[in-house]
Amino acid sequence: MKLDIYLIGVGGQGIGLLSEALLRAADRAGLTALGVDTHGLAQRGGTVVSHVRLGPAAHSPLIMPGQADLVIALERHEALRGLLSHGRPGGTLVYCDTSWQPLAVRLGREAEATAEEIAAAAAQRRIRVVAVDPAGLAEPRLQNVRLLAELCHQQLVPGVRPQHYVAALTDLLQGEALAANLELFHRYLC
Amino acid sequence: MKRLGNFLSAAAPPAEIVMGNTALVRAMLEAGVRVATSYPGSPTPEIASAILALPKEKNPLYFEFSTNEKVALEVACGAALNGHLSCVFFKSVGLNVAADSFMQLSLLELPGGMLIILGDDPGANSSQNEQDNRHYARQAYLPLFEPASPGEAYQMCKEAAALARLHKSAVVLRLTTHVCHAKEKLLFEAWQPEEEPGQPPRFTASGGEHIPLGSQVFAMKRRALQRLEAYRAYGEASSFVLEEGTASPRGIITAGLPYLSLLDVLEAAGGEKPDILKLGLVHPLPRQRLVSFLQRHQEVKVLEELDDVLEREIKALAYEEGLETRILGKSDLEDWLGEYTPAKTAQVLHKVWPDLAPPPAAAAGEGRMPAPRPPQLCPGCGHRSAFYAVRQALAPLDITVADIGCHTLGYLEPHRMGQVLLSMGHSVATGSGLSLGQRSRRVVAFLGDSTFFHAALPAIVNAVFNQHQLTLILMENGTTAMTGHQDHPGSGRNANGPAPQLTLRRVLEGLGVGNIREVDAYQQAALRQMVGDALGEEGFKVIIARHPCMLKWLREARHSGKKTPRPVRIGPGCTQRRLCLEQFACPSFQRQADGRVRVQEELCIGDGSCRQTCPDKAIESAKGGEKP
Repeated sequence: MKLDIYLIGVGGQGIGLLSEALLRAADRAGLTALGVDTHGLAQRGGTVVSHVRLGPAAHSPLIMPGQADLVIALERHEALRGLLSHGRPGGTLVYCDTSWQPLAVRLGREAEATAEEIAAAAAQRRIRVVAVDPAGLAEPRLQNVRLLAELCHQQLVPGVRPQHYVAALTDLLQGEALAANLELFHRYLC
Repeated sequence: MKRLGNFLSAAAPPAEIVMGNTALVRAMLEAGVRVATSYPGSPTPEIASAILALPKEKNPLYFEFSTNEKVALEVACGAALNGHLSCVFFKSVGLNVAADSFMQLSLLELPGGMLIILGDDPGANSSQNEQDNRHYARQAYLPLFEPASPGEAYQMCKEAAALARLHKSAVVLRLTTHVCHAKEKLLFEAWQPEEEPGQPPRFTASGGEHIPLGSQVFAMKRRALQRLEAYRAYGEASSFVLEEGTASPRGIITAGLPYLSLLDVLEAAGGEKPDILKLGLVHPLPRQRLVSFLQRHQEVKVLEELDDVLEREIKALAYEEGLETRILGKSDLEDWLGEYTPAKTAQVLHKVWPDLAPPPAAAAGEGRMPAPRPPQLCPGCGHRSAFYAVRQALAPLDITVADIGCHTLGYLEPHRMGQVLLSMGHSVATGSGLSLGQRSRRVVAFLGDSTFFHAALPAIVNAVFNQHQLTLILMENGTTAMTGHQDHPGSGRNANGPAPQLTLRRVLEGLGVGNIREVDAYQQAALRQMVGDALGEEGFKVIIARHPCMLKWLREARHSGKKTPRPVRIGPGCTQRRLCLEQFACPSFQRQADGRVRVQEELCIGDGSCRQTCPDKAIESAKGGEKP
């Protein structure tokens, strides 16, 4: 079993929790798990990425461009960026369909990325697209765990079961934050 | 929730997924490190976070964030002189700051032993260059280990500590960004804190043996070189030198993270596997092991990130030994650039052995790559408000000098504040130089508060002493924001608790600065006026533009359950002048398809610093919530 998961988002969206939960859930499921996150200045509203590599064949924590079996994006522009840079033909893209416009879009120099654009680029690469609508979430900071629930629901990480994700979240959160995230996770699981 | 500190200080923790930086802290505990010092800088701040997470009663470590890397290194050196195993850690360019004292370490005998952990940054992920600090170890006659993974970082850190104690010396451990931050599952060895941590002070100074002056220098240097040979002998037998393969005529010598990239590339290619010699101690090099490897191969590729440090020494060695092995080093200038990720390693290898590494894959299809998204000032950041105001007070040809900190981001559009950057604290002196020999272009330097204490004080004294014509804008946010909100001498706290607070004004006055103004960075009209006035005055002027870091404020407010302000709204008076969007450029303002401005409520923190930028007075604050 080998699964390379490339996560991408904007600094401040909670990609660190998402990748750490994924890594720990895979480990709980008995998979060999390796990863790395962006730290430092890029966390200030820039593009941030995490790499999660499952299976014993992975050596470097970094995934080669065009080789990610699964691209998970927390934002629409970053979904397009991650799909084009790291999506493997035949793979899957899961993204949260929210827009945090990059400066070039805000300045009117570039058009905002659209769901149609992502679908067209994905179709050319035979990449399956799962767009998650964040409307209905009480709190935007829950978007990362909303995506985690989607991964679990669609069984996009083979062998990793709901209890593994729950155990991972329980490792990482406590109190009201844990309760809110677990409630959300279970709500979108089925 | 699992607590990092409890896990790290457990007698026999279960196998757990940890980051390289975290694994280092467990290694420090097991090795018996007693004093650790640092100045925050990516990729190393998580080492400090892990130390500070240790439960107080189980923590045998004294830790401090010192004012800069040189001070941190000297504090650790002093502790080692007294018999305590010590450790100093900082980022790549921090070694430039510490270099003056770093160069002396090998001349001394350090009874406690000392570790120097460097976070090098190939790829310049969060640094102003991608310097290769292996050069420094060579120049300073110090041994240097280079781990490839968190597991190796843990093992090598313990080994380095044992060697440092044995040889009463300093040892360097060089990690790179993606080794510091890589995560993997590790099982740590058992550890029990000693009942009575610490030892009696062992510092002795009978006859000037720690003073490298006069003929004493040569005795000390000879001892340093002899010690280095002892490390070389260790390296010849070290289990950190790995040899893999099945007697291929081709071999690869490598070290650090590029080794793991190489394994991925070879596995993906699926073809013939060359033999690999992976080095752990990269200075001094194990000459016999290298000669043996060279002798057994017709062609050897030296696969090393950044500079040609190994290549040159290995080629010299082959010449001395009269070996006919064909040694392949850097192919072209591109091989000197960037991190050796698996993709980069494939390119590098393809140039010498195209059959082993496939050519870079062509794009799999069409699609419009969105414009890059560089980091930006956060919503509510006082720096944005300050840049917006300062810009209005400047003439087009005035010169602005950037410094290091979150405010460096002001160089990006639309603010374009800060036109040249060298290093921490350079702005005052570079600005002083830019003001010489001309009167037509006024010079404004920016500087953050942590950097003020770190490296700017001598340049400020110089500006007073030599009467430079310069306006300095101190961007005070009360913290070391960019690296994760560490306290600094102006915070009123240090890493261990409350501390004397050094206020910027009092320090400046003490340094002899006479012309000082202070303003909240949200007061744009007042700041604009102050800059305009200061630019018309003679000599060295300082404006302190103060506002607390709003990211830190927001996190603390959320953590303590405070109600934060509601997002601002665009009222009916908006005539679409879009200054908020295009000139002030808070990321909370987004452009709708029809060109109108919309507030992205996920991002807006309701600070209202944008309201004064609207000529229509159309940005409205909502009621309620605690104001920043």
